[in-house]
Parts: sequence; structure tokens; C-alpha cells
Amino acid sequence: MSETETYLEIRNAKKSFGALDVLHDISLSVKKGEIVALIGPSGSGKSTLLRAINDLEPLTSGEVWLEGVHVNKPLSANAYESHINKVRQDIGMVFQHFNLFPHLKVRENVTLAPRRLRGISSAEADTLAREELEKVGMLERIDYYPSQLSGGQKQRVAIARALAMKPKVMLFDEATSALDPELVEEVNLVMKKLAQEHMTMLVVTHEMGFAESVCDRVIFMDQGYVVEEGPPEQVFRNPTSDRTRTFLRKSSEH
Amino acid sequence: MRPDFSVLLNFWDTLALGAFWTIALTGVASVISVVFGILFAVVALYAPAPIRWPVRAFEWVFMGTPLLLQLFLIYFGLITIGIDLPAFVAGALGLGLYFAVYNSDIIQAGIRAVDPGQTEAARALGLSRWQTIRDVTVPQAVRSVVPPIGNNTIALLKDSALVSVIGVAELTLAAQQAIGRSFRPLEFYVAAAVIYYAINLALEAVLRRIERRISLAR
Amino acid sequence: MTGTFDIDLMIRVLPFFLQAAQLTILISVLSVALGLACGALGTAARLARNPLARLLGAAYVSVFRGTPALIQLFLLYFGGPQIGIHLDAVTASVIALGVNIGAYMTETMRGAIVAVDKGQTEAARTLGLGRARAFVDVVLPQAARLMVRPLGINIIAQIKTTAIVAAIAVVELTYTAQRYIGSTYKPFEMFILAGLIYMAIIYVVSLLIRWLDRKVQLP
Repeated sequence: MSETETYLEIRNAKKSFGALDVLHDISLSVKKGEIVALIGPSGSGKSTLLRAINDLEPLTSGEVWLEGVHVNKPLSANAYESHINKVRQDIGMVFQHFNLFPHLKVRENVTLAPRRLRGISSAEADTLAREELEKVGMLERIDYYPSQLSGGQKQRVAIARALAMKPKVMLFDEATSALDPELVEEVNLVMKKLAQEHMTMLVVTHEMGFAESVCDRVIFMDQGYVVEEGPPEQVFRNPTSDRTRTFLRKSSEH
Repeated sequence: MRPDFSVLLNFWDTLALGAFWTIALTGVASVISVVFGILFAVVALYAPAPIRWPVRAFEWVFMGTPLLLQLFLIYFGLITIGIDLPAFVAGALGLGLYFAVYNSDIIQAGIRAVDPGQTEAARALGLSRWQTIRDVTVPQAVRSVVPPIGNNTIALLKDSALVSVIGVAELTLAAQQAIGRSFRPLEFYVAAAVIYYAINLALEAVLRRIERRISLAR
Repeated sequence: MTGTFDIDLMIRVLPFFLQAAQLTILISVLSVALGLACGALGTAARLARNPLARLLGAAYVSVFRGTPALIQLFLLYFGGPQIGIHLDAVTASVIALGVNIGAYMTETMRGAIVAVDKGQTEAARTLGLGRARAFVDVVLPQAARLMVRPLGINIIAQIKTTAIVAAIAVVELTYTAQRYIGSTYKPFEMFILAGLIYMAIIYVVSLLIRWLDRKVQLP
């Protein structure tokens, strides 16, 4: 498989909540190792689109494909259950509010899924956890509980937890929006490192600086449509649409 | 005796009368429980210490002992000091006071939960302590207090069955009277259960409407 | 007017009250155990994917919370023989009270499970854990910690509810108090004696609940 072939693909994604249309026929292709930023105002549908990729938010119509596997394949209830669980192991997700398991130590947060789903021994799981925590700089706190960590530390553990499953693609849903400003940088550094290691990433973010410096492609969404798409230099410096310009101006006023 | 629900037809009037008295008893006891609940709450929150402590001790005892035991105390206790109350009155009093204590707890919590900033603003305007309580604190406390007191009223309806033990002619006793003559406990206790359930549903509907009106009257 | 407060009488009858208290405690413990089991089953039914199970669970809660416990007790004890169920008073008490409190515990347990943040389930499912695993490894441990105090409230209520079995002549605390009121005409003394024992039992149980609640908290 060539490096430039499509790795993750969304075809004609539509999502409605009753009479409210949140996504209007969105199509998107991501190449292996590409870093894509999804930006836009609240209500633009960018988080919904992201969450549709691992079917947390099932699409009303449309298909999601990951490396030749139809992610949201229509199947009977039981068959679908085993199918989606298997596919989700290849898709890592990092949430705005971390969602670490408070009753488990950092170590167990990271090893829970590998132990349960990959059938590896505790010792192997432990080694795996140490590797991933080392990568995000949280190895020292391996025996701490989430409540004993700062926001930035929690998010780094959350990233390690997702990475421990060796996913093909990582989804970031406003990963730094809930953090105090001084804690944002430590998470951005981890994400940059991942990018340098050629992880395929989709990042919903409000941080234009991060999007511009780290991402290969920027997609601007508004009210459920893709308004503008292209390399950061183009979208940020020379946007073709007025809506993009308005949004970027408003964002820089903060 | 194999179950035969047709016997209910012969005694429908007994059951209907019993249902009526259960509703009457619940109504009277609820009123007592709210009025005394407010009274106990006000004393517990605002009265000087010598009055407050006995009331709180009384509350503590009546929350920590079974209703049936309290009913026996009220019924027999009053007799030994020469007051021979009709069973209905003793039952209503016992039920009412038991739930008054729980309501008082709820009301105290509701009043304490009203933002102290409200009180400050009212006093700063020149309102007296009592005016503040009456016009500012209580109306706001009422909103949060109505649902749990409503739940207590539903509990009161179910606990009203206990007063049958001291001879109040409500639904449970009526069922027992019918059983005494027909020897069919299953049929009549099922009937009683269904009637209680129906009264319960009606009561819940009424309470929901009250809750809605209270939250609209802001 | 009644005479002075008869403490001697209270001391004399104390042994009988203490013995009766044993039965109160026994019925409380057994019915609470049954109640927890019914509560777990009821919760499983109410949260099941099968609509019939959900309906049965909701019906169970509605019927047993919507009718008096006394009627449920009478139905089982007096009505049971008509359909071939012959139970002694104590067994009937345990079963009726257990199934009754189970309906309340179902709602308590369900409330705790629903209170666990939705994001926890999302994170677990996102990692690829199935519905059952996500529930057992992530949601349930957190719900269990939330359940301890509210279940404690249910349990303490049950201790007081056991008094209703006096109506079917089970010789527990309330029945004993009534008996001695009848023979001594000293209702205040007998009430205080029984009342103090109930309060003592409840106090001990509430200490246990508080200890358990503290013990399961996370650092």
C-alpha cells in the first residue's frame, strides 16, 4: 500500500437530530501519517464529525472507512457489537474532559483495555504501560490516581491510554480546551511528538497556532458544511471564503 | 379456597367506604404533617435554645422509631391520661406528627439552602428579620421543598394502612372485615392493593400539578 | 393520673424486650439481604436491552413501591395458602419485606449507575471494550461507591419497617411493646424501652454504613 493512498475516508456523512441537520453531506479523505485540523465555531459540527468516525455519534447516512474496513457497517445488533468493538481498537480518542477512570491508578487506566482485549499477561501489559507513559512523560506518576494529577497530566495519561492500543489513527476532541492556559503546552508537545512520528491524526481544536504549525491540512467547518480546506498557509493566510476570514478574525481577538 | 374474584362484588360497598376513609385520613394527616412540619422547622431554626433543644430531641426520637410503635404510644398513652380519642383522630395525629418530623427536616434544609445574599439584600433594604423570612426566604424555599414533601405524602398514604392495627375503619380494616365474612383473604388483599395503587396514581397526578403550578408562579 | 415513671418495671421486662430485639435484627438482616438481591435483579432488568425485561423491572418497582408493605405482607401470609403457599409468620415477613425493599433498592442502585458520568462509558467503549466489560470494569466500581449511603438509608428504613410484622403476631420489639402496654397500662415506659432499643440498633447500623462509605472512597 502506497503512503499516499487514502487511509481514513468519510463518504457523504449526514447527521440530523430530528429536524435539525448537523452535518450536510460531508466527504473527507485522510492519508496515512497526515495531520488534519478541524476548526470552526461552536455548532459547526466538527466534534460530531469526529465522533462519527468511531461511531460514538452514529451517522444518519454516510460511510466511514478505515484502511479498507467499513467502520459503520450496517449489521444486526450482536454482530455490530463485536464488529465495532474490534474496529475501535484501531481508533484512539482523546476527550476534552479526559474521562480517565477515577477508580483506577494511572497504570491500570493504561493497561485495562490491552489486558482485556489483547489477552496479554500483566507483566507484558505493565511493560507496555511504562513505554507509553514514558513517551508522554508521566512514568513517574504510574501509581497515582487521576484525582492526584493536574489537568495537563491527566490529558497526557489519557493520550498514553489511547496509544497503548496501538491505534492506526488518533482523534483529538478539543484536547486542550478544558485546560488552564499554563497546562496547554505540555499536551501540545506530546501531540507534536506524535505528529513527528507520523501518527495519522484528526484534531478538533480552537488553537490556531497549533493548527498552523503542526498540521498538514486544515478544514474549516461552519453550520455543518465544509467551507474551506487546504494547507495551513492557504487557509490561515489566504482564505478564499469570507466566512473563514470572519471566523479567523474573531478567533484572534481573544 | 380457590381464588374467585367475583366475591368482590358482594363487598364493593365495604371496600368503597374503606377507600373513602383512607383518602380522608390521608388528607387530614397530610395537612397536619405540613402545618406541624412548618411549625417544628421554624422552632428548630429560629427559636431560642431552651425551646429548640426539646423539639429537636423529640424530632430525633420520632425519626428513629417505627410509626407503628408511635401509634401504640399515642393511642394507649392518651387513654391512660384520661383522653379517649376516636381511633380516626388518634390515627390521623400519629400519621401526621410522624411525617411532620420528616417534613420539618426537609423544610429546614430548604430554608438553609436559600442564598444568604438574598437575606442580606432584604435586610439592607430595611426589612425586619420576620419580614425577610416571610417575604423573601420562605417563597424561595417553598419551590425546592414541594417535591420531597410530595413524596412524603405518598409515603403517608401507604403508611395509613398501619392505623388499621389500632382499629381505624380505613381500607385495610375494611378488607379484613370482608375477609372475616367471606374467608377469602387473597381476593380482598389483591383488591385492596389495586385500590391503594389507584389512589396512589391519583395522588401522584395531583402532586405533579401542584409542583408545576409552584414552579410557574415565580 | 398515672403514677411516677416506673423504671423498675422497665428493668424487669428488659430481658423480654432484648430477646424480641433479636428477632427484629434477624428479620432486618435477612430481608435486607433478600432486598439487595432483588434490587440487583430489578436494576439489571430496568437497564436491560430487552424491552420485556425493562417492562417487568419497571412494573416490579411500580407495584411494590405503589402499595403498602402491610398489604403485601398480608397478601403473602394470609392469601398465600389459597394458592398453595403456606409460610410461617417469620418466613413470610422476611420474604414480603425483602421483596418490598428490593423495589426501593432497585431505584437506589439504578440512580447510582446513571449518576456515573457518560464520558466514562464513552472512553471505555472508544478503547474497544464491549458493553458488558465497560459496565463491569468502569461503571459498576464507580456506581458501587455512590450507592453505599443511599442504600444505608434504605436499610435503616427497613429496620423500622420490620415493626409492621407485629400485625401478624411475630414476637419482635413492637409486638412485645404492645403486649406489655396491654398488661401493664404503662405505654410511655414501654414505648421508651422499645424506642431506645430501636434507636440503638439504628445507631450501630448507621456507624457501620458511615465506616463502609469512608472505606470505599478513592484517595
